[in-house]
Amino acid sequence: MKIGGMKAVLALLVMLMAADIAPALAAVPDTFSNPAMESRARNLQRQFRCLVCAGENVDESGSPFSGDVRRLIREQIAAGQSDPQIQDFLVARYGSVILMKPPVEPQTWMLWLTPFLVLALGGGVAWIVVKKASVTEV
Amino acid sequence: MTGELGLLALCFALALSLVMAAAGLLGTRAQADAARRVATSSALGFLVFTLLAFGVLTYAFVVSDFSVALVASHSHTLKPLVYKISGVWGNHEGSMLLWVLVLALYAGVVAILGRGGARLTSGALGIQGLLAAAFLLFILFTSNPFLRLDPAPFEGAGLMPLLQDPGLAMHPPMLYAGYVGLSAAFSYAAAALMVGDAAIINNWARAARPFMLMAWIALTSGIALGSWWAYYELGWGGFWGWDPVENASLMPWLIATALLHSALATEKSGAFRTWTLLLAIAGFSLSLIGTFLVRSGVLSSVHAFASDPTRGFFIMVLIALAIGGALALFAWRAPSLQGGAAFEPASRETALLLNNVFLLAACACVFAGTLYPLILDAMNGTKITVGPPYYVLTFAPIFFALLLLVPFGPRLGWKRGDLKAVWRSLYPALGLAGIAAVAVLAIVSPRTIAATGAFAVAGWLIGASILDLRKRKGARASAFAAALAHAGLGVTLLGVAGTTAWRSEAIAVVGPGQTMTVGPYTLRFDGVTREKGPNFIADRAHVAVMDGGRVSAMLQPEHRFYPAEGQDMTDTAIRTTGLRDLYLALGDERDDGRFALRAYVSPLAPLIWLGGLMMSLGGMLSLWGRLRAPSAEPAAVAQAAE
Repeated sequence: MKIGGMKAVLALLVMLMAADIAPALAAVPDTFSNPAMESRARNLQRQFRCLVCAGENVDESGSPFSGDVRRLIREQIAAGQSDPQIQDFLVARYGSVILMKPPVEPQTWMLWLTPFLVLALGGGVAWIVVKKASVTEV
Repeated sequence: MTGELGLLALCFALALSLVMAAAGLLGTRAQADAARRVATSSALGFLVFTLLAFGVLTYAFVVSDFSVALVASHSHTLKPLVYKISGVWGNHEGSMLLWVLVLALYAGVVAILGRGGARLTSGALGIQGLLAAAFLLFILFTSNPFLRLDPAPFEGAGLMPLLQDPGLAMHPPMLYAGYVGLSAAFSYAAAALMVGDAAIINNWARAARPFMLMAWIALTSGIALGSWWAYYELGWGGFWGWDPVENASLMPWLIATALLHSALATEKSGAFRTWTLLLAIAGFSLSLIGTFLVRSGVLSSVHAFASDPTRGFFIMVLIALAIGGALALFAWRAPSLQGGAAFEPASRETALLLNNVFLLAACACVFAGTLYPLILDAMNGTKITVGPPYYVLTFAPIFFALLLLVPFGPRLGWKRGDLKAVWRSLYPALGLAGIAAVAVLAIVSPRTIAATGAFAVAGWLIGASILDLRKRKGARASAFAAALAHAGLGVTLLGVAGTTAWRSEAIAVVGPGQTMTVGPYTLRFDGVTREKGPNFIADRAHVAVMDGGRVSAMLQPEHRFYPAEGQDMTDTAIRTTGLRDLYLALGDERDDGRFALRAYVSPLAPLIWLGGLMMSLGGMLSLWGRLRAPSAEPAAVAQAAE
């Protein structure tokens, strides 16, 4: 999957290495003893991106950055904040680039719509093609 | 001296590729046997000299000739031989040379097989010659792998430890075989447009089919291999991250898959002639764009392109010429092609058309997800992340819908099919889908809608494939091939659903003698020993998998340090039952001598790659059937009926 693009792989790896040696393993996150809170924390951690890594979320990444974000999330949960509040807090702090799921807003409409527009357009063209093909039937 | 020999060989290869381009293009005229002979022999000469250049570079790596700058910066005397060899393409310059070598191999096969008649073959060689010349100029002017270093250092800088792995040694050649294989389909399509002769245009899809198949097999294997590598090497337990680098290989695969299906319709019934030509152009264009977006570093950072403006500029010009030229040719010729053949709404043709619509939408999704952040950043500096949740919401439903339709395709007749009869014949597959869904709901927890749906669809696909195999005893290889590949899709889907829904994970800091549990397993940590590898030092953990009071297996995940490169690596340990993986990765040592240990249990994970293997085998079976069949057979029975 890492394509022929060795250079990109290298760039990625250098970033990983700089961030931390063994990405997934470095930190054992502090855990809540309350299982509901723990699963909330883990779930939230998966929704934010490690900004110094390549494509990892803060749950799987072992970078110091991710450690910080995990700590922030856990502090906020402990302080009784709701999930949307925590998300707003992190977006305010780091920008929407930290969200794994891009926000739905006017400038990302095309991102969300493109696949379905192509599907609709393709479906339309296919409809016309099939119509024409069955009319010319001998 | 050897380095200069390689450079000289590259220059000869360039000269021969130019001859091949000129002679090949001249040879598309009706009376030009001499030009065609020149094209064929220069194709073989080009192959010989490219092999020589590649051989020289490989030799320099094998004997650690550090007077060659590339070797000094990417190799090391202590590296095992296999990684000295894979180091040849573990860098920009060498991988470009590998690209040209693969191109030369395809050109050789095109010349030797001579499919589709002398004029078409000649035109295809001409286009391959142009591509080869462009890449060779790029290598010679911006990425010369044979540059000298004086004085030569005593030791090399080594190769990234992550790349020192058998999976990653094979991964780039596989993908290149796929990307460049699409160049052969591209060359045939462009040659057919150039010749413009009706008989040749009708025959090109048949002539180019083996190359489409080779490309598709290589892409499928390459992607599967890369994903497997990411799984066992990166230590995160995942297999696909939707990162731009992965996406760059997925897009050509989606288009190559669409091309295989569309070309089938073109070949068998003359339908979608222009569309198939366009797909052949699009497939290679995406290969070019994908590879170079990755190679230039544009995808990981928008600014990396500027770091070497010459290379970036050269690449852009090359892509623009190849894609623009082909599209211009298409726009010029396509309108004169006669319209499609007639078929009814319920027919194989319609099924293949829908296949294309869904694959195109899936590709658009990956394309948007990969490039949108770049475009947005370039336009107004807004930075967004397009992570897996985007693909779950867009790619997944589109692909799911496609999978639902797959079983109908092979059962509908050409031109006129009986949808009702097909539907009835699929009842047993529907039954299997139901059983799979119920079994998931009844047996496994947690129950998730996605996993239940995925199992139902997998049952549907596999069931239909089994029916296809049974029903068509004595059928041709192609029917078996399709059934095998479609079943492979189902098997991969089972694996993806299983690991996604039911993976369990445990992280613990353990000292010798302590135990931890993950899923159904109890693990006992027996401490760490220091081991010495050929070019690394490892902390090897000894972990016992306990079954009652007994040790049922020992697993040894490692943490390696590569002194030459000054880098650390994790080496995971995986124990598989074939249906379930126990996956261990060793983490840091703590102050008190204890270690972090991360364990995953991934149900059905091996099926992901088993499915990939089945798809590749399906492709190979189809290819084998093709190469045995005569190539000059006129395009289809249906044609005659018109």
